[in-house]
Amino acid sequence: MADRNTFRLMLLILGLVFAFLYLPISVLVGLSFNEGGLPTAWTGFSVKWYGELLANKDILRAAGNTLIVAIFSTLLSTILGSLLAVGVEIRRRNGKWLETMIFAPMIIPDIVLAIALLSFFSLLGVKMGLHTIIVSHVVFNLAFVSAVVRARLKSFDWSIVEASNDLGATTATTMRRVVLPVLMPAILAGALLAFTLSVDEFIIAFFTAGAGRSSITLPMQIFSMIRFGVTPEINALATVVMAVSVVALALSQRLNRGGLPGQ
Amino acid sequence: MTQRIIGASLCLSAALATLGSTAFAEPLTVSNWDGYMAADAIDNFNEATGNEAELVLHATNEEIMGKLIASGGEGYDVVFVSSPFAEVLNKLGLAEELDHSKLPNLSNLYTEATELPHDPGNTFSVPYAWGTTGLCYRSDLVSEPTSWNDLLKPSDDVSGKTTMLATDRWLLAAGQLALGYSVNETDADKMAEVRDLLIDAKGTLLAYDDTTFYAKLVSGEAELVQAWDGWCNYGIAENAEIKYTVPKEGSDLWVDTMVIMKASENKDAAYAFVDYILDADNHRWAAENILYKVPNQAAMEGLDASLIETFPNMGMKPADMMEYEQLRDVGEAQRDYSRVVSEIKAAN
Amino acid sequence: MTTDRRPILLMSPALLWLFGLMVVPCLLILVLAFFRRGMYGGIEYTFTLENIALVFDPLYAQIFLKSAWIAGLAAGIASILGYAAAYAIAAMPRHRQSALLFFAVLPFWSNYLVRTYAWIVLLNREGLIVNLARWVGFEGELPSMLYTEQAVVIGLIYNYLPFVILSCYAPLSRLNPEISEASRDLGASGWTTFRRVVLPMTVPGIATGFVFVFVLSIGNFVTPALLGGGQFQMIGNLVYAQFLTANDWPFGAALSMVLIMVMLGLLMAQATVADRASGGKAGDNG
Repeated sequence: MADRNTFRLMLLILGLVFAFLYLPISVLVGLSFNEGGLPTAWTGFSVKWYGELLANKDILRAAGNTLIVAIFSTLLSTILGSLLAVGVEIRRRNGKWLETMIFAPMIIPDIVLAIALLSFFSLLGVKMGLHTIIVSHVVFNLAFVSAVVRARLKSFDWSIVEASNDLGATTATTMRRVVLPVLMPAILAGALLAFTLSVDEFIIAFFTAGAGRSSITLPMQIFSMIRFGVTPEINALATVVMAVSVVALALSQRLNRGGLPGQ
Repeated sequence: MTQRIIGASLCLSAALATLGSTAFAEPLTVSNWDGYMAADAIDNFNEATGNEAELVLHATNEEIMGKLIASGGEGYDVVFVSSPFAEVLNKLGLAEELDHSKLPNLSNLYTEATELPHDPGNTFSVPYAWGTTGLCYRSDLVSEPTSWNDLLKPSDDVSGKTTMLATDRWLLAAGQLALGYSVNETDADKMAEVRDLLIDAKGTLLAYDDTTFYAKLVSGEAELVQAWDGWCNYGIAENAEIKYTVPKEGSDLWVDTMVIMKASENKDAAYAFVDYILDADNHRWAAENILYKVPNQAAMEGLDASLIETFPNMGMKPADMMEYEQLRDVGEAQRDYSRVVSEIKAAN
Repeated sequence: MTTDRRPILLMSPALLWLFGLMVVPCLLILVLAFFRRGMYGGIEYTFTLENIALVFDPLYAQIFLKSAWIAGLAAGIASILGYAAAYAIAAMPRHRQSALLFFAVLPFWSNYLVRTYAWIVLLNREGLIVNLARWVGFEGELPSMLYTEQAVVIGLIYNYLPFVILSCYAPLSRLNPEISEASRDLGASGWTTFRRVVLPMTVPGIATGFVFVFVLSIGNFVTPALLGGGQFQMIGNLVYAQFLTANDWPFGAALSMVLIMVMLGLLMAQATVADRASGGKAGDNG
């Protein structure tokens, strides 16, 4: 639409911004395959740092814990979040308070939610562990799931529900046969998003984790490794973690062409 | 539909509850700093005693204290903390009163180590390692420092290449010692002086660093750092040009201790673990691996002589260390300490 | 829709969850802020205003201002960069836009710690940038780039930039190109068109981006801890310290309360900006 120079300027801006966004993480990925492991010199391609990862019991255990947290919190938040979305959209006239409450978990600073939950669990005398991380993750995850599902419901044609009811189907049948199939891509996309968020979440997990190795998640493990300095093992671990998020997110995006929450 | 959802939720809650309850059958949980035990210590202990001990790591005393206070001491059986923090655990009633009959290896300790001011008679804490806090430096890049002021008021070529310990007590100790005050000084005017000195020093620092300062020395990122003697040895092990010295104004005598938690549900195993560490061979193995002095006479006498040659501070005698003042819990004044540290860290 | 009860029934599990694990704990924080701290941590259940007063103590007020400055700087720069990027994306051919947007936002969903760690690798004195500089023949000594205020600001911008791109792109993509053309036809220069027409219509996006980066930054403790070398305290670090090292939960609670207030205030301001810009055009939050 505009003249060629403007277009070139736009390309330049895009190039610079993308370079800024991708160079640092590309460096990590690159270094993770560097035999010597140091950023000072390229000594040859090697996957030995990935081998080290697989040999590290603590990392494997943390990865296992992360999976448990992510799977359970995803299941719970997908159920709760989807139901919430359907309920909210059927009801339509929702007060400001309700909307705020559903929106809040997505924007409340992590640290505030984290310390609130820590104080809450600790005053109630709840023994903390993976289960406390899971229920805490559900708090923000269900909000994200419901946002994704609601976006889908906005374009949902409610008249088919009425048609189905008019044809004599029970509410349950209508839900299962009519509503659910339409919503499924969005529900799955929301679930994948929740999974990604849960796998990557650090601050809330850090505060609501219990004692002992049994509740150390991967991000907590990464944090403690980073504090002890730069090692090639972290580069490899970082690469794996990023790859998991990217794949989950790409899948989520494919399933649900509606876009990401926040959009 | 609704029933099914309720059913699914119930299943999930049941699964969650199981997950929660498995947490109650915890193995013996030991919390220590990273790299502060021989890597095989826990496995060896498990093999020797048939226990299922598990090691968790904390980065700082404060971090583990925060967790212990939040959980009322539950979830941990043996914790490694520095002596002033062991004192706090004791005052809070979280530390087990030690039954010496279950710790026969206590007799291996140096007499000095059984009469430490923070806990004479080892009633609630067993010293694990001890030493001094001084200056660790690259002898090929800087001339030998002799005073704390060499760190706090560095010459132009060293400025920007120094680090100080980040934790409240040792950060303050550098200033307190430089000014000739007690490392447990609580007088407000004197602490204000310490604060001002440390604020000026901050302008010349590369970073506050408790964990990677030796790596920064090795890489050359830093040239002169405040360090615990044993941690300086990690640097010496990688680069022989790295040296350690106690400035002329002196040092604190720091003592890292093992404390058994009163809330422990594995007390016998906890005692067994502490006693296992105190065994002459095991404690020597610890010293040789972590390069810190241990307060275990039997262990130190068996120490490989070449170690002391490479790491001269390993040879320091208990009697000499006893000349330095131990950091003590300062009680209410800890609040003032925290504030002074906040003031230092908030300063530009 | 035969009854009004059903939607409530569907919503209730999630709402109960949010109530029990978000609303109640946050209210608890409010209450905690008015209790006294025990000598060695813990809580003494006597009412006090000390903690609230302490927040306004010059020392902590100074830390607050400092973190507001750092957060503001990060939010400001991120808004400019993000807006430029979003503008550029919107200027690309339609069919390319969603892919570009996807890749602009992708890093935002990868691990925060990892993204921050990348900058340690790049910036440290023996790190990649310094080595590159040496490699191209730079002889002298470079000042440390890591453990500086700039490093913290860069880390924050890096982590939150995708968010700004996203929030700025939404209004830009809705902008009708005919409006700009009309403006030009009436003789306005490109710059004038941008300043008088495009910018005002897309201000809500910038405001959203700015507010979010600001709020996320001011409560952040990871970036200052990792990239600041412990020398910069943000409110997030202060809260973290009260709960995990100083064991002063009531004061930590008071600080978070202020954090929540700041957040609410800013969100309200942002909503006002959005309202004014859309001129009452409601319901468009797509």
